[in-house]
Amino acid sequence: MGIKWDEFFVTGDPLIFASQIGIALTLIGALAGITYFKKWNYLWTEWLTTVDHKKIGIMYILMGVLMFVRGGIDGLMMKGQTAVPENGFLNAQHYNEVFTTHGVIMILFVAMPLLIGLMNFVIPLQIGARDVAFPQLNALSFWLTFSGAMLFNISFIIGGSPDAGWTSYFPLAGKEFSPGIGNNYYAVALQIAGAGTLMTGINFVVTVLKMRTKGMTLMKMPMFTWTSFITSIIIVASFPIFTVALALMTFDRTFGTHFFTISGGGMDMLWANLFWLWGHPEVYIVVLPAFGMLSDIISTFARKTLYGYKSMVISIVMISVLSMLVWVHHFFTMGNSAAVNSFFSITTMAIAIPTGVKVFNWLFTMRKGRIKFTTAMLWALAFVPNFVIGGVTGVMLAMAAADYQYHNTLFLVAHFHYVLIPGVVFPIFAGLYFWWPKMFGYMLNERIGKWNFWLFVVGFNVTFMPMFFLGLDGAVRRAYTYSAETGFGPLMMISAIGSIILAAGFAALVYNIYWSARYADRNIGNDPWDARTLEWATATPVQHYNFASLPEVTKLDAFWHMKKNDQLQPLKEDEVEEIHLPSNTWIPIYMGVVFGISGFLLVFEWTIAAAIAAIGIFAGLAFRSFDYDEGFHVHKDEILETEGIWRKGANKGVKNHVS
Amino acid sequence: MKKSKVLLVSLTSIMAVLLLSGCENNMVVFNPEGPIARQITELINFSIALMLLVTVVVFGLFGFIVWKYRERKDNMDYEPPEEHGSTVLEIIWTVIPILIIIALTIPTVKTIYAIDEIPKGYEDQEPLVIHVTSADWKWIFSYPEQGIETVNYVNIPEDRPIDFKLTSAGTMQSFWIPALAGQKYTMAKAETQLYLVADNPGSYVGKNTNFNGQGYAGMEFEVLSQTQKDFDQWVQDVKETAPKMTLEEYEKMLEPSHLGRKTFSNTHLEWVDHSDPHSKNYTNPEMYDRGHGWPGKIFEDKDNYKNKDGNNSESINHKESENEDSHGGDHSGH
Amino acid sequence: MSAKVNAALPLEYQTEQNRMNILGFWVFLGAEIVLFATLFGVYGVLGERYAGGPTQKDIFIIRDVLIQTSLLLTSSFTMGISIFEMRRSNIKGMLMWLVFTLLLGGGFLFMEVREFIHYVHEGATMQTSAFLSSFFVLLGTHGLHVTIGIGWAILLIIQILQRGLTPVTARKAFIFGLYWHFLDVVWIFIFTFVYLQGLVM
Repeated sequence: MGIKWDEFFVTGDPLIFASQIGIALTLIGALAGITYFKKWNYLWTEWLTTVDHKKIGIMYILMGVLMFVRGGIDGLMMKGQTAVPENGFLNAQHYNEVFTTHGVIMILFVAMPLLIGLMNFVIPLQIGARDVAFPQLNALSFWLTFSGAMLFNISFIIGGSPDAGWTSYFPLAGKEFSPGIGNNYYAVALQIAGAGTLMTGINFVVTVLKMRTKGMTLMKMPMFTWTSFITSIIIVASFPIFTVALALMTFDRTFGTHFFTISGGGMDMLWANLFWLWGHPEVYIVVLPAFGMLSDIISTFARKTLYGYKSMVISIVMISVLSMLVWVHHFFTMGNSAAVNSFFSITTMAIAIPTGVKVFNWLFTMRKGRIKFTTAMLWALAFVPNFVIGGVTGVMLAMAAADYQYHNTLFLVAHFHYVLIPGVVFPIFAGLYFWWPKMFGYMLNERIGKWNFWLFVVGFNVTFMPMFFLGLDGAVRRAYTYSAETGFGPLMMISAIGSIILAAGFAALVYNIYWSARYADRNIGNDPWDARTLEWATATPVQHYNFASLPEVTKLDAFWHMKKNDQLQPLKEDEVEEIHLPSNTWIPIYMGVVFGISGFLLVFEWTIAAAIAAIGIFAGLAFRSFDYDEGFHVHKDEILETEGIWRKGANKGVKNHVS
Repeated sequence: MKKSKVLLVSLTSIMAVLLLSGCENNMVVFNPEGPIARQITELINFSIALMLLVTVVVFGLFGFIVWKYRERKDNMDYEPPEEHGSTVLEIIWTVIPILIIIALTIPTVKTIYAIDEIPKGYEDQEPLVIHVTSADWKWIFSYPEQGIETVNYVNIPEDRPIDFKLTSAGTMQSFWIPALAGQKYTMAKAETQLYLVADNPGSYVGKNTNFNGQGYAGMEFEVLSQTQKDFDQWVQDVKETAPKMTLEEYEKMLEPSHLGRKTFSNTHLEWVDHSDPHSKNYTNPEMYDRGHGWPGKIFEDKDNYKNKDGNNSESINHKESENEDSHGGDHSGH
Repeated sequence: MSAKVNAALPLEYQTEQNRMNILGFWVFLGAEIVLFATLFGVYGVLGERYAGGPTQKDIFIIRDVLIQTSLLLTSSFTMGISIFEMRRSNIKGMLMWLVFTLLLGGGFLFMEVREFIHYVHEGATMQTSAFLSSFFVLLGTHGLHVTIGIGWAILLIIQILQRGLTPVTARKAFIFGLYWHFLDVVWIFIFTFVYLQGLVM
């Protein structure tokens, strides 16, 4: 097997060459830095082998933010290329690769990890548990996601990026029209990451069902827990479809089968159906937890309990059911019968009903409240008007006949960015500002936060609003260039300028993280926002065992009522028991590595080598099977000491950081 | 806070002005030139009106609530009441969206059915059948009755229903003439169908909206609507002066490439109908640029057109001929 | 978590962690159902696209399929007995029936591999047509599950020999039982919708 290195590494593009050098230098720098500061041991014991849901959550978030940078650069490159007609910044092939990776990364390696990261950190705390149901599986989920993300990311420097769009429609994505290996990266990397996500889904279904603290019935769960629970169910119900679709894609591309090909009786639209049978629920997988975070944040900063809790729960369940019944709206123009298109138009529009209920419930939560404009709340507020624009254009797109004019145009692109950015990114930022103190023990700076907020929101609107009009004027998506006669130039330029403002907003967030990590006040108490749910009953940052004694819940907004009714008793010594926790394990990271290696070999279609590497996967599973580690116990003395420190210090000399 | 709000307002108003001056609503979707497109536009206008209403109500309510209940220096000791919801209100805002959805559903379903048929007022006319075959990265139009074929442009008579029968020789495309009708996918070994009628003579842009690889951005074609007389004249001209296409030329045409306009006095339908599930495959995997990365393996395809006689000696690459021909009629448009 | 033991329950349900593992496995089986349902759907769509290649009637040998079916159904039965013996704390009986299960599963696999080799010799490969692609992948996925199951059970037997019956080993055996019965159910669907329907068509 003689490797041609000039084909192994992607060559011939100065931008890519610069990135290759940049990546190599960064890697060397990072390794050297860790070695110089002697942090390998710390990194290994505290992070890489951890099974603590809080640390795993933080790693997910870190990964999501990094991937946001990558996906954002892709987006900026696209905007740069289309800013003026007939631009020569990127060629067609490069542009195709860039929009493909932009889509995949933003959905699967930004939105998902950030949400799952927040779920990981917050859900066990909200339900008063010490960890998730299967802590080791949780670590495995993370490392598989990470492994898939890294595999996908190296594609642009080694072997070539996928270039058939994030939907990778067949027959284009098949060997008949895309013979390079780029799309193998899509099939394999997403398979690995998808396996991780599926396990997260299983884990959280069981966690929420089985690990709620005493007294917390399902209808007393905070809304973020509810939405995460339903999301997990959708994950379990829809990700296996994607698993199958990707496996069949891999078979078509590496073994020459005929599932989606033109030849041999394959059926290209089968891919589209399978993809969207997963892909549409996927939209709700990312949107629902975001809705939950908004509910908790709005109710905290309006100082009122969530309005219409029961109808909120019913709405989420309705949305999750409908999410499985609308996939055909992604290809109304496929030539379906009028009856089919009518049916799916109606189911799609019906999603507006539970969503409308939710919006009104949020508005009425704020009515008669006292709304505090923290950065977290600003994100939550900005969600409402922006998401409404995304929602109403969604209803317009749902009308199949009208979709004949919108389909695959920039109108559609504008619509789903108006859904995903206000509906997912705004809430994620809200969640980050909101829970940051619990994660790290200090708050993100509110002043810089407001810069972050305004630049991002304004930039977002300037970027995507013109796209509605461009689409109605006949501008199609995914075209790397357009002629000057089309007249798209001015609006495209506005949109490109907007994307720079948007990027500046994101840069403000990154700067805020840096600034706050260095200078922010560490003495903030355990409840800086005067919040309502159980996660705020812990220390800041949270003790590694979460709760010294598991709280008992009698009402919704448990912590709020504990505060109000003065039920926050000091910890009694005799209440404290030894706490059992699971031990660290190297197996998840090992599995991530072997999955990555095996996947990499499979991408290059070296199937025998990949199969040999896959033995490592089974070895890992067997090792895990023989692992009877019982975990460890946290001693009473340690608990009492830790609790003593934060409870004594709590809320003493704490300055108000919110204004 | 205040300052940034002023900033936001001014920015949005600047943007609104720019948007309005930029297009003066000459956006193609709002300027239909035929009954099918007009029905869709009417539906879109109706939905925009209704959705604007929804948006205004929600924005108003949102602005009012956020403003009225904001935290001020003088209400710091105000403690919001315990309030869990109101069944009546919740039912109201469940019912209102349902009503809106019903209001949208009725015209939607009507339009869905209507645009699947020959538009009203034209039913008595025999539609002109045109076969559309998309390939990487060109559009091929065959007129079976007239026995002529064009590439990357299509001439149609005004005020007469056109029955486009759509298929693809390779990747999936979407056939879209925004001024005249909505879009439909073209798929290999399958046939989709699209009716349209043009009100007036004129030149309209048609394009592919479904991404299909490197040449995607250039997949545009011109639709020229002519008077019946001009159309007949054009057909006559083509029949008399355009060259006949050979099978080899046709196969060459299906290879991935950009072509200019071409006109022929015969059609490819005599050799192959790509919508037939048992037709041969016209794919050329080895001709696609594999980017600049690692080349993957390619699989043998027993139904490929190149396997017809077992020998494949004619694989000499001749240069692409990009000569524009002069059969397109008057394409100055209006 | 593992501290609280409820001795009134069967061994595998005694600790909270065990109960969670079993529930988690049920949820996993839910995902597996979706996975196989998708594969059946794909077969349903592509099952009659022969592209000039052989059809179901041309290649299926009903006798061999019946043998495979009876082997797998019997193995499900012996698996049940094994868990029954486990509940009676009879390690010896439990292991014996578990080994029987494995042998039957191995026999099934042997027959299936032989069947596949036969098809390939007849020129019916995965690359021949959409029908055969979907057929081989559906059957292959099931076969892969059986193979993994056999490997899993061997690890399980070693652990039971090493540690005897504890809540942990009992839970593992019980979960393996669920898995094995599930594969049996999937096979019944394959037998009905692939083989019987293919021969009737």
